[in-house]
Formats: sequence, C-alpha cells, structure tokens
Amino acid sequence: MTYTTAIFYFFAAILVFAGLRVITARNPVHAALFLVLAFFTAAGLWMLLEAEFLAITLVLVYVGAVMVLFLFVVMMLDINLDKLREGFWDYLPLAGFVSVLLMVEMALILGSRHFGLEVMGTPVPHPADYSNTKELGRLLYTDYVYAFELAAVILLVAIVAAIALTLRRRKDSKYIDPAAQVRVKRNDRLRIIKMQAVKKPQAGEGEA
Amino acid sequence: MLDMSLDWAAIQTLAWTLLKIMALVVPLMLGVAYLTYAERKIIGWMQVRIGPNRVGFQGLLQPIADAVKLLMKEIIIPSGANKGLFILGPILVIAPALAAWAVIPFTDTLVLADINAGLLYVMAITSMGVYGVIVAGWASNSKYAFLGAMRSAAQIVSYEIAMGFALVGVLMAAQSLNLTDIVQGQTGGLHQWYIWPLFPLFIVYLIAGVAETNRAPFDVAEGESEIVAGFHVEYSGMAFAVFFLAEYANMILVAALTTLLFLGGWLSPVTFLPDGFIWWLLKTGFVLFLFLWFRATFPRYRYDQIMRLGWKVFIPITIVWIVVVSGMMQTPYGYLFH
Repeated sequence: MTYTTAIFYFFAAILVFAGLRVITARNPVHAALFLVLAFFTAAGLWMLLEAEFLAITLVLVYVGAVMVLFLFVVMMLDINLDKLREGFWDYLPLAGFVSVLLMVEMALILGSRHFGLEVMGTPVPHPADYSNTKELGRLLYTDYVYAFELAAVILLVAIVAAIALTLRRRKDSKYIDPAAQVRVKRNDRLRIIKMQAVKKPQAGEGEA
Repeated sequence: MLDMSLDWAAIQTLAWTLLKIMALVVPLMLGVAYLTYAERKIIGWMQVRIGPNRVGFQGLLQPIADAVKLLMKEIIIPSGANKGLFILGPILVIAPALAAWAVIPFTDTLVLADINAGLLYVMAITSMGVYGVIVAGWASNSKYAFLGAMRSAAQIVSYEIAMGFALVGVLMAAQSLNLTDIVQGQTGGLHQWYIWPLFPLFIVYLIAGVAETNRAPFDVAEGESEIVAGFHVEYSGMAFAVFFLAEYANMILVAALTTLLFLGGWLSPVTFLPDGFIWWLLKTGFVLFLFLWFRATFPRYRYDQIMRLGWKVFIPITIVWIVVVSGMMQTPYGYLFH
C-alpha cells in the first residue's frame, strides 16, 4: 500500500461515513454540515486524481456558496421531525423503486465494460508544472465551445426567469432611492426666512 | 504495508514541512498580536487618546497580557447550546484563516507551497470561513448570536462574488493563477503594478476585503449597539480569542493578497532599489493601516445599504471592467493591461 492509496482509503472512509450521516442524522443542521464534509472530502479525492481545478471549484461553489445558503434556509426552518417521518412506510415502495432504478442506471454505465482496467488503464501521472486549469480552459473554449456557450445561455435564462418570477412591485412598500438622496439640494429641504432676531420692547409696555 | 513505504525520506519531508508551517504560523500569530496593539494605538491617536501604555515600554507587552488573561479565563458553554458544534465553531473559523497562508509568497522563492492554482485555492479556502461563523451563531442557542450569524452569512456570500470577479480581472491581466507568477507579471517599477490598469477592481477588492473580514464599517455581524456582539456573544476566554485571532489573521491575509495582486508584492516601486521582503511588509502594513483608518473614520453601514453596495454597485462595476479589460486585450493597446 503506497502513501497515496492510504490517503485514498482515509478520504473514502470519511466520505462514506459523512454520506451515511447526511441521511441518518436527526438534526437537519447536522445533516447539512455532514454534506459539507462529504463535498470537502470528495474534493480531496479529486485532488488525488490531479483534477485540481475541479476539486477547488467544488469547494468554492458547493461548499463556499451553495451549502451556505442551504444551511441558511435549514437553520431558519422550524422542522418537526416526527411529522416528517409520518408517512415513511407509505412512501417506501415508491422510494425503493426509484433507488433500484438509480442502481440499475449506474450499473449500466459504471460497469467494467466501460470503466474496467483494460478499458481505462492506469492514468499517467503528470509533471509538476502541468496546469489542469489551463488544459480545461483550452478544451472548453475550443473543442466544446458551442456546448459551453449553450449551457451559459440556459443558465442566463434561468437567472432571468428566477428574478422575473419573484419580482413584484408593491406600491405601499417604503424604500429609499439612493440616487434621489444624492441629488437632493439644500433648497429642496430648507427655507431661509429673514426675520428680526428679537422684538425691541416698547417703552411703557409690559407693566400694565 | 504502510510502514514499509513510509520510509525515512518521507518522514524527513513531513518533519521539514511541519517546521516550515511553524516558521509561518508563529510570526503570523505575533503579527496578529501586534496588529491588535497597532489598532488600539493608531485609533487612539486618531481620537486624540494615548492608547495602551501601562504594560511594558509604551504598552508593548499589552497583547501578551491580553493573551494570558484570555487563556486563564473559563470557557463557559451555555446550557442550551449544541456542545459539539459550539466547540467546533471557533476551529472552523481559524483553520481556513491559517490554511490560506500556505500559498502566500513572501519573496519569489520564499513560499510554503508554490502551486499552480494558488489564487483559486485562496478563494476556495477563505470561502470556508463563513461556516465557523454560522455554526457558532447557531450552536450558541441565542437570538443575538443567531442574528449575527445570519447577517454575516448573507454579507460574506454577497461580497465573495464581487471579490471573485475582481480576481478574475487580475488573472486575466497576469494570465496565471499562480501567485508568484502574478507578482512577476508586475515587474518593472511602480507604473507596471496592476493597480493602474485594474484600478476599479482594486477599489472593489479592497472594500470587499473589509466586508469579508467583518471589519468596520461592515461589522453588522457583531454590531455591538444592536446585537451585543453578534455571533460570538456567548463565547468567553480562549474560544473568544480564537475568533479574534482568526479575524486579524484574515485581515493580514486580505492585506497581503491586495499587496500581491495589485501592488507588486515584494517588488520594489523603483528599479534602482533591490526587490525584497521589506517591500512586501511595507505594502501590507500600509493596507492594514487603511483597515484601521476605515474603522476610525466611517460609521457602520445600514444592512440594506451593505447589500445594495455589494449587489448593485460592486458586481456591475467588476463585470463592466472585466469586459473592458478583455476587450482592450484584443486591440493593439492590450499591453497596457498586462
């Protein structure tokens, strides 16, 4: 067993454990945090495959942004666990069917016919100055540029649609327009009037 | 078996790396300690006060006294708290703050790990720091702490986007993700630094850096006048000190990154003076001084203003400037941008 193999098994064990805890943890916040651990460990495994760009992006996007928002939502929800577990046996047949289907699909693709040792072989280790990032960038923007642009456009449409669906203008909500605040002039708010400071007391007045 | 392949050379490498990590972390922790001293002194002078001057000559031993005091204090765990996560919170904050330092170069040869995707690594690792804040706020089982954690999470996620876009500008100019290469790309004196062609991105990065580290005027996560101390209100003793250490280590990190990405790192501003670590130190010190200056000058932002600044001002600025830079690079004037 080499050092790399030992590290692989170490990471794999943590990944499997974290994955199991995601579905078994009673507290949803704990489950979300175990999912973070699972992502981070998966990134470590990808790093072993010399896919440093994908590994770091996994951490940056999923751990650094997506899971933060997940956790954000999960923490604010008032989840009643007993109520969630109510219909467990009713849903079991459907869930079992879906999971068997998933297993069959994975077995079809990931079998030894496509990923066996004689098909894939041992990857050749790259020299230290090999830049995985540069290589990926070159492929994405040359060979796969149409697929890449298409994916970008679909994402853009999704962003615009998400905003369009949730945007609503209420007449009665009060909000500040910073541009109007900046543009405001003294004369809009302040009126200076000339007046005598103090009225001079007239002689003989006041005593009566 | 494992013990067969882990030969003497591997153990030596491990020991050597550990020594190097120590040589990085110990000065960093000292830097953190004396940054707190500098902060109190400088803000004191700005407010026409003296600042700490009792412990040691001119108060120079004050950070040591503070550290000893915090070490001796009891760590109180609130009865309703989630104990495991309550302890984990500070660890999750300090670990990324220190881990990011692994790829920061101090001179062209003095760097712990000179990796290709250094800039990406820093972004990924620093984005993990928010978990400590959220976990600490949630595990405290206190409304103030939870509110602080929520504010901090939303703020950090928002400003990370603007910060990331600012870094995209830098990597386009340098055409590399390696921090040493990025600094080497700025060789040739003051006018070659990326601060000039990327000036809008520099401003965005600097301000987003202040926001990312939860420093004033963006310190709503711990706004003491509204939510007492935010996410770390329930922490005492060393657990609190760890949050404090992480905040200052992150400040130094952002200052060091600003130096490396926009101010030419260890390069000398004029060609007749030699390059060296002293320039790195001076520039980082200057950016840190800006942090303290901001804190002494600006009142705290209102929360909706923070969100507006991040999403509606910074992100459009960075996107426009990235388009400008990439467009200019296709013209004969592209040399101005790298």
